[in-house]
Amino acid sequence: MSNEHIITPVRTYVAVFVALLVLTGLTYAVALGDFGWMNTPIALAVALLKASLVVMIFMGVRYNTPLTKVTVVAGFFWLFILFGLTLNDYLTRGWLGVPGR
Amino acid sequence: MADAHEHVMTSAALGHGAAGDEHAHNPNLQHHFYSMAQQLEASTFGMWVFLVTEIMFFGGMFMIYITYRMLYPEAWTHGSNHLNVTLGALNTAVLICSSLTMALAVRSAQVGSRAGQVINLILTILLGSVFLIVKYFEYAEKFEHHLVPGPSFNATGIIPIANDPTHQQLFFSIYFMLTGVHAAHMIVGIVLMTVILLMAMRGKFSPSYYTPVEVSGLYWHFVDIVWIFLFPLLYLLGAHVGAGHAG
Repeated sequence: MSNEHIITPVRTYVAVFVALLVLTGLTYAVALGDFGWMNTPIALAVALLKASLVVMIFMGVRYNTPLTKVTVVAGFFWLFILFGLTLNDYLTRGWLGVPGR
Repeated sequence: MADAHEHVMTSAALGHGAAGDEHAHNPNLQHHFYSMAQQLEASTFGMWVFLVTEIMFFGGMFMIYITYRMLYPEAWTHGSNHLNVTLGALNTAVLICSSLTMALAVRSAQVGSRAGQVINLILTILLGSVFLIVKYFEYAEKFEHHLVPGPSFNATGIIPIANDPTHQQLFFSIYFMLTGVHAAHMIVGIVLMTVILLMAMRGKFSPSYYTPVEVSGLYWHFVDIVWIFLFPLLYLLGAHVGAGHAG
C-alpha cells in the first residue's frame, strides 16, 4: 500500500472540466442533426465518454487499487445484464406466433 | 503485523500520540486498519460498493425508460419536445462545475489547505442549490402547462391527439420519476456536503486524514454522472424533430 498519495494537479481537473463542457455542447449539437438509427448510440457514446472522465479523473479511480477498479466495472457489468436480459424478453415478444409469447 | 499491534497497545497505555513516541498513530486511524492509506482505500472501496447499489437503483428506472421508449417511440419524441432544453443544458453545466469544485475540495484537503476546502465546498453546495432551483422552475412550468400525470393531464389540449397523449403521459411519469429521484439524491448530497463543510471549517481534515471528504465526493460525482445520462435521454430525444420548443 503506497503511502505517498498521488495528488492530481489543478490544471488536470480544469482540463477535464473544459472537456466535459465541450462534450456537453457536442451532445447538443449532434442531437440537432438527424442520423437516423445512430442518434441514440451517438448520444450514449458521448455520455459514456463524459462518465468515464468523471470516474477516472474526478473520482480518482485511475489511482485506486485493482479491487476498487473491479468493483466499478462490476457495477456497470450488472447494469448491462439488467438491460440485456430485460430487452431479451421485450425484443422477442411475438416471435413465436403463439398468444402471449 | 504482531509487532505493529504491540506498538499500538503500548502507545494506548501511554496515551495516543504521546510526545516523542514515534510509534504513535494518527488519532483518526481506526484500530482495525494498519495504516492511514489502507483505511482510506478500504473506505473508498466501501463507498464504491454502495455506489454499485445506486447504479442498480437508477439502472432499474433507466430500464423502465428504455422499455417504454422502445414501445412508444413517437410519444417519447413528442414528450421530449415539451422539456426545456436550455434549462436542461444549463443544469448539466452547473453540475459539471460542481464536480470540478468538489474535486478541488478533495484536493485542497490532500494538500492541507483549509481555505481551499471551505471555498470549494461552499461553491459545490451553491451550485447544487442552483440546480435544484432551476429544477423547481422546470417543474412549475410542467404544472402550469398541465403536463403532470393525473386527472388534469393535457387539460388544455396542449398535446394534440395525433401526438399520442396517452403514452406521453407515461413519458412524463417516467420523467418525474427519474428527475425526482435524482433531485432527492441531490438534496441528500447537499446535506452531506454541509456536514463536511462544517467539519472542514473546524480543521478536522489534513493531508493524512481526509477520508470523509474523499468518500462523500465520490457520492457527489456519482449523482452528477446520473444527470449526464439523464440529460440526453430525456431532453435531447426530439431535438432534431421539433427543435426543443420549450414547455
